[in-house]
Amino acid sequence: MAKVTVKVCLGTTCFVMGGNNLQELNDIIPEKYGDKVEVMGSNCLGLCSINWEYSKAPYVKVDEEVVTEATVEKVLEVIDKKLA
Amino acid sequence: MAGQAIHLKKEILVRIIKAFLSDDFEEQTRLIPYSMRPKGMEVPYRCCIYKERAIIKDRTIAGLGFPIEEDDETVSLATYAKKAMERKEISDKNLTVLQAACKGCATNRIYVTDLCQGCVARPCTTACKFGAISIVNGRSVIDDSKCKKCKMCVNACPYNAIVKISVPCEDSCPVGAIKKDETGFASIDYDKCINCGRCTVACPFGAVHERSQIVDILKAIKSKKKVIAMIAPSIAGQFPGTIYQLKTAILQAGFDDVYEVAQGADITANTEAKEFVERMEKGKNFMTTSCCAGYNQLIKKHLTEIKPYVSDTKTPLYYTAELVKKELPNAVTVFVSPCVAKRAESFENKNVDFVMNYEELGALFVAKKIQITELEETKYTVESSKQARNFGVTGGVVESVKASLRDEEAIRPFVINGLNKDSIRQLKKFATSGCCDDGCNMVEVMCCEGGCIGGNATINNQKTAKKQLETLLNDSKDIDKI
Ligand code: FES
Repeated sequence: MAKVTVKVCLGTTCFVMGGNNLQELNDIIPEKYGDKVEVMGSNCLGLCSINWEYSKAPYVKVDEEVVTEATVEKVLEVIDKKLA
Repeated sequence: MAGQAIHLKKEILVRIIKAFLSDDFEEQTRLIPYSMRPKGMEVPYRCCIYKERAIIKDRTIAGLGFPIEEDDETVSLATYAKKAMERKEISDKNLTVLQAACKGCATNRIYVTDLCQGCVARPCTTACKFGAISIVNGRSVIDDSKCKKCKMCVNACPYNAIVKISVPCEDSCPVGAIKKDETGFASIDYDKCINCGRCTVACPFGAVHERSQIVDILKAIKSKKKVIAMIAPSIAGQFPGTIYQLKTAILQAGFDDVYEVAQGADITANTEAKEFVERMEKGKNFMTTSCCAGYNQLIKKHLTEIKPYVSDTKTPLYYTAELVKKELPNAVTVFVSPCVAKRAESFENKNVDFVMNYEELGALFVAKKIQITELEETKYTVESSKQARNFGVTGGVVESVKASLRDEEAIRPFVINGLNKDSIRQLKKFATSGCCDDGCNMVEVMCCEGGCIGGNATINNQKTAKKQLETLLNDSKDIDKI
């Protein structure tokens, strides 16, 4: 099975709108999924400026799926669905 | 504060800034509740869309800098926006409560739950010193008019059947300045309030707001006056990128120059070190620091007896603002702050014109689409020391004073990491007994747990903020000795 890639946006908009808590994912993901899931930080994913969608930040991308107003729980849920 | 409440507050700030930057501030401000809750939208939190809009309107009033309590619902946001544009003065009442949000929260009381077994021993009735508990139909009942909320019965009940219903804002306040009254609305007693900002964080409904000065600041920038940002040391670690990229970002946001308040912290540390030596030579037992605004408010309003032991050294902000105004007498100075307490300090200092907290600066970056990590670095005219840049972390101030001395061992530090009922009691004891515990001779007091990096308006969590700050410290020089 292909690896799932998680990109946590560390751009300014996402960071300001609450992205700081997502940094926990860097520890949680490897612990929980081992090498089945790869997690990385990313510069602005470019989502915050489309139609002024800053209000849905912070963003995380799980493969091509965008998680809006992302929280640790929300992201883990999406990963679980992908792996199931 | 719950994540969603913070998100909402920040989104409103972004929208106010965007409205200001548009060509029709008043109309765009009026539309904020409607753009955030457009017709037909599913209602996320409350009973109906109209209630949601009304609450967003209230929060916007705070964002425009006005007290929500005084709103009579007839004045439109457009009018508030206009009044904000015309305003010349700012208020010294820094907080405002969105009382409509208090509805969801029960009043503070002691309550007997269904777990009460109606036992024979009835330890609760004997535990109560105020005769507030009687037995009705075989169960304990509390007479609220007699109950003093001492919790003796809570501790006495072997079934854990009696509980205290907490009001988070009241519980968080170290000086009893915020209370939910009989009508169920919380309000702040400004004679007691030390502006620590705890209640803004504690309320799960995000009901307590800082009255923002963001419109006044944007107005100054637009007026083509020179506007100078003075950034508190704790800002390193609050945004992505380095503090040098942050300087570029702040310049892009419209400011004319950026000073590190750490520059003033170097002066504070050296001055305080000299003062410490003098005081010890005069035979004093201990001295406390004097740079935390929340602590200074506490001294003024609740702890005057400690005054003789508090250093006369000024705060880093004081020295920085003095310096800026000396160099640029006509400039408008804006302190970029981790907390609401500094608003109180700045109000009393003629050299500081406005305060913008980290959340507001963040909102400004979002509104202006500034991506900090993509920017070049800009150097500061004066590079601050490692110790000064660490001023915002608990223990950092006393460390810097120590490092200023040739004989570092002369200082035996006692660190108060956060003001609460216990630590206030401790300080009272030091003041009345005239000496500090464990033979310590220098007491550092920080109002917030963790220091300024735990301030009410910080963006990053302390752990990651500290990591980021450490990278900067490793590249900074040591403080000069006195
Ligand atoms: S900052 Fe995250 S998408 Fe732009």
